[in-house]
Amino acid sequence: MGEEKNPVIERVKKAFSDQFLGATEALGEVTISVKRDKIVDILGFLKEEDDLKFEMMMDLCGVDYLEAGGFERFAVVYHLYSMTYNRRLRIKAFIPEGDEQIDSVISLWAGADWPEREVFDMFGITINHHPDLRRILCPDDFEGHPLRKEFPVEGTGYRGKFEKITRDMAQ
Amino acid sequence: MEKSFDALIDKEQFEFEYNPIEEKMLLNFGPSHPATHGTLRLVMELDGEVVVKVSPELGYLHHGFEKLGEHRTYNQVVTITDRMNYVSPLNNNFSYILAVEKLFGIEVSERVQYFRMILAELSRIGDHLVCMGTQGVDLGAYTPFLYLWKEREKIYYLFEIISGTRLTVSYARIGGVPRDRDEIPPIFFRQLDDYLENFGATLAEVDRLLTRNKIWLNRTKDVGVISKEDVFQYGLTGPVMRASGVEWDIRVAEPYSLYETVDFEIPVGDAGDVYDRYLVRMEEMRQSIKIIRQALEKMPPGEMNVDSDTKVMLPKKEAVYNSIEGLIHQFEIIMTNRGPRTGKGEAYVPTESPNGELSFYVISNGGNGPYRFRVRPPSFYNYQILPKILEGRLLSDTVAIMSSLNIVAGEMDR
Repeated sequence: MGEEKNPVIERVKKAFSDQFLGATEALGEVTISVKRDKIVDILGFLKEEDDLKFEMMMDLCGVDYLEAGGFERFAVVYHLYSMTYNRRLRIKAFIPEGDEQIDSVISLWAGADWPEREVFDMFGITINHHPDLRRILCPDDFEGHPLRKEFPVEGTGYRGKFEKITRDMAQ
Repeated sequence: MEKSFDALIDKEQFEFEYNPIEEKMLLNFGPSHPATHGTLRLVMELDGEVVVKVSPELGYLHHGFEKLGEHRTYNQVVTITDRMNYVSPLNNNFSYILAVEKLFGIEVSERVQYFRMILAELSRIGDHLVCMGTQGVDLGAYTPFLYLWKEREKIYYLFEIISGTRLTVSYARIGGVPRDRDEIPPIFFRQLDDYLENFGATLAEVDRLLTRNKIWLNRTKDVGVISKEDVFQYGLTGPVMRASGVEWDIRVAEPYSLYETVDFEIPVGDAGDVYDRYLVRMEEMRQSIKIIRQALEKMPPGEMNVDSDTKVMLPKKEAVYNSIEGLIHQFEIIMTNRGPRTGKGEAYVPTESPNGELSFYVISNGGNGPYRFRVRPPSFYNYQILPKILEGRLLSDTVAIMSSLNIVAGEMDR
């Protein structure tokens, strides 16, 4: 763990000391864990500062840490890329169980629109200030959030509710 | 006459009185339409022939692959990745397996890395051929489609020689390639040489048919222009990004699988329109041929897979049948509750797929399969720009723009 050496980690730690939860460097990938409260400020800081310049958000996804539970039950993971300095950064914002919400980052990257809808669809995490928060991959009347660990891989019988069309009805 | 027509319509059925001159028309495009190449659906608001508003509806091809991946072992997931981008399945296989190998800390042999490079580039050519061929059909140029499809068929024949299947190849395992297919048949190299020899001629033929064709130019030039700012705003990658003038290719910026040892150029456009995306794809195919030739030269002879002592790769059949260790080892890998395991960790390896950055974010918690299996699908991100570049254009531009973005629904909806 070269926590002290990495300049990106140091910068984030200094600027957002109350939001910083920890940082790891493993397999050549840098991960910074933060609280979810000021996520827009943190990502905006990483995007705009001249010596950081993470101008691209490559991916936004959710993770369900069922074993951790409680305060660290869910995480929204942002994969950032800086074309200027050719380096990548992973930001993890932890979300407690029972209060699943996080602020939208559409103001920073317009491309965050659909991934955030996917996070809402798959994990049931409400995205605050999102202009059009609907389900994206599942049907609108779908119940449950499929990528949560308690959701069974076989499904919950959604297809069983479909109306059966008999021969008489077709005629 | 008009009066009787009005009487026929039950006006209370409609929310508004429809007047074709003043009102806008709602058009449902897809999900099953020949020009959508997959189950994509657009709901468009038209003012005459001009598109006023577009809202894409996704999810018609949602399989729940990410959920399924959490319930399969590392090697089983390879078969899922095939079915995402079914136009270039090998790129998906290799992208996923690179993330898993990073997690396991396994370094595969140079021979496998070059072989993967050859197959990935062939797959890239196949993807671009499909993209350009169908784009031609959409815009009324049917002939190039036939030429390009013939070439694609030859690529599938090459895949069939090495993996036994044409489309869902699943030709990747942790530590190398499938054990029963770990020797490359000599006929593969003969056919590949033949292919490389003749591919240029077909490409030149298509080039003559399209590149300076007046109808083609009218339909593609200054259509669907994407600016440089939008590339960063929307996270666009691949040919779509390069056509807008951003010179960036993961194979050069963050090389993987020995791409740093080969020499090739990154084609870059400047206008960012449909025509530039076509030109970029055209040039990328030529560069891929260049890469394959270099990889063939540099590919060293020798053993393909990692040693089976690493406990990730199946032992050789002679060992299984002739020694108890080999038999136990075989069972340890293929039994459902066994299989290769690694410690806690997470890996994300960016790779350059034909459509852009394709990455698999694999989290392990010590089990024999991924704890979280996330795909960064290039189509999903590239498709988001569509409403922005389509609004204000003619309806007929829809097909030109959609086919130039090369959206694969299986990858987008996962």
